[in-house]
Amino acid sequence: MLEVKDLYVNYGAVEAIKGISFTVNSGEIVTLIGANGAGKTTTLHTISGLVKAKSGSITYDGTDLLKTDPSKMITLGIAHVPEGRHVFPEMTVEENLQMGAYSSKDKDAEAESMKDVFEKFPRLKERRKQLAGTLSGGEQQMLAVGRALMGKPSIMLMDEPSMGLSPLLVKEVFAIIREIHQAGITVLLNEQNAKMALSIADRAYVLETGTISISGPASELLQDERVKKAYLGQ
Amino acid sequence: MKTARSSGWRPFSRPHKRNAGNCIVQNISESVHCAHFPLISHCAKVSAMDAEASVFHVCEIKIPAGEVKIVSIFIQSLINGLNQGAIYALIALGYTMVYGILRMINFAHGDFIMVGAYTLFYTVPMMVNHGMPAWLAVIAAIAACVVVGVLVERIAYKPVRNSGSISALITALAMSLFLENLAMVLFGANPKTIPKIFDLPMIDILGAKIQVKYLLTLGIGLAIMICMTLFVRLTKIGKAMRAVPQDKEAATIIGINVDRIITMTFAIGSALAAVAALMYCSTYPRATTDMGTMMGIKAFIAAVLGGIGVIPGAMLGGMILGLIEIFVKVYIAPGWYEAITYGILIVVLLIKPSGILGKNVGEKV
Repeated sequence: MLEVKDLYVNYGAVEAIKGISFTVNSGEIVTLIGANGAGKTTTLHTISGLVKAKSGSITYDGTDLLKTDPSKMITLGIAHVPEGRHVFPEMTVEENLQMGAYSSKDKDAEAESMKDVFEKFPRLKERRKQLAGTLSGGEQQMLAVGRALMGKPSIMLMDEPSMGLSPLLVKEVFAIIREIHQAGITVLLNEQNAKMALSIADRAYVLETGTISISGPASELLQDERVKKAYLGQ
Repeated sequence: MKTARSSGWRPFSRPHKRNAGNCIVQNISESVHCAHFPLISHCAKVSAMDAEASVFHVCEIKIPAGEVKIVSIFIQSLINGLNQGAIYALIALGYTMVYGILRMINFAHGDFIMVGAYTLFYTVPMMVNHGMPAWLAVIAAIAACVVVGVLVERIAYKPVRNSGSISALITALAMSLFLENLAMVLFGANPKTIPKIFDLPMIDILGAKIQVKYLLTLGIGLAIMICMTLFVRLTKIGKAMRAVPQDKEAATIIGINVDRIITMTFAIGSALAAVAALMYCSTYPRATTDMGTMMGIKAFIAAVLGGIGVIPGAMLGGMILGLIEIFVKVYIAPGWYEAITYGILIVVLLIKPSGILGKNVGEKV
């Protein structure tokens, strides 16, 4: 459903992405793993239009994403949970969630989604009137995911959801990703925590300084000597 | 280089400056002086009239004429100050909204008032000729201001939006100069007198003669302030306006078209400037090409004083500024009001740099 082909992205003179190609099929969890600066975030930003590509193509269900206004992505069904949460700190939890449904005009559907999100994240319900900036890191991550869910996406781009969280919370976040996936949402997951990512993903791509070096089913990559050495610390 | 600005730039105005709207205020302060030293002048007549009014009241409420005089001057100054303050507040609101979303001071905002005033100069007679109420010309003024405001944003500000705050500041100053000089070319350097906008009576409160249109200005100012607060708090677009400055990236990915929200903010700010122009011109019926400079600076001060980026702050700052100006003119020294106004701004900023209602938000890393 999502197809990236020969993608090149530059930041000024710096080549961040040097001709990567990959696909995400409907119903999969696909993970991009790799070190800091490998180009994982740039890839997700290019898919959601926050960064302009130099060349190549990104299509989603036949739509050319490189020609789509970034604010229209959510109406196509693409939600992005950015690295570092990016919740609106001066808005309440409730308002943040409402903002997630910004593109939908259906008030009843919005209320319904809000109920679902609160069911999934009871902590957010407890704190619905609290400013998002006062939440803990884990709660903010849940809010960011909840906000993305409010847009009723069919694919969710998740950028380093475990970053800066305690091991216990990391487990919780991965449980949530599984849950989202079971609800029928395709997931493209960027992770530095390769072990966790590979354990839940169907397929994986390893990014190294802007190129894909290894790819394959996640279970195979878990056994791959190169991956083991570089990313699993074995 | 002699530009409109170099002749119009008067941070410390001369006592007899004619165009900055001192006329009415001066009358009050003169009449205060006249109460003590009756002179043979126009103001002597004013004071005679006031005296008559006071005598009339003495019969009614039986307090000495001197005290009535003091009370009436106080009330009159209060209303004048609030009138002036409401105008500042409306302009300050435009500054604050644009600052709120772009973290940029739109120094051309004051000049939008000038655009509104010239539009009124041309459209008020048209309205009257067609048998419509003169104030309906505000619709034309709003249209003109919105067009100018949106064009300024799209043509001048958008290209430099990501080039840093200094570039934005210089661009804004340049736009201000450009609009003033363009107006000079289009309308000439001579001030234009705007026909009467409101035909409203004066009412008498404890011997003070209050222009009903002043109360109207105050009412409209308050109503707009309340509407804007609710708009930003409750509506979808209002929420988007709050979301964009907090996190542009996040705003984009949830489906907010950031450019459109910014343009809309400029449009609303400019429309408020047009309403402010109507209020200003109904009090001081005169359009000059440089009128925006002084109004702009005052309203900017009001916005900073109240806490820039905070909508109720604009109202509060505007009101405080208007009241200080009028009271200093009436009770202390007419020539000193600007020095004292700026002095108060400096003191407030020393004590609370974020302004009276401003929140001290540290930069997040």
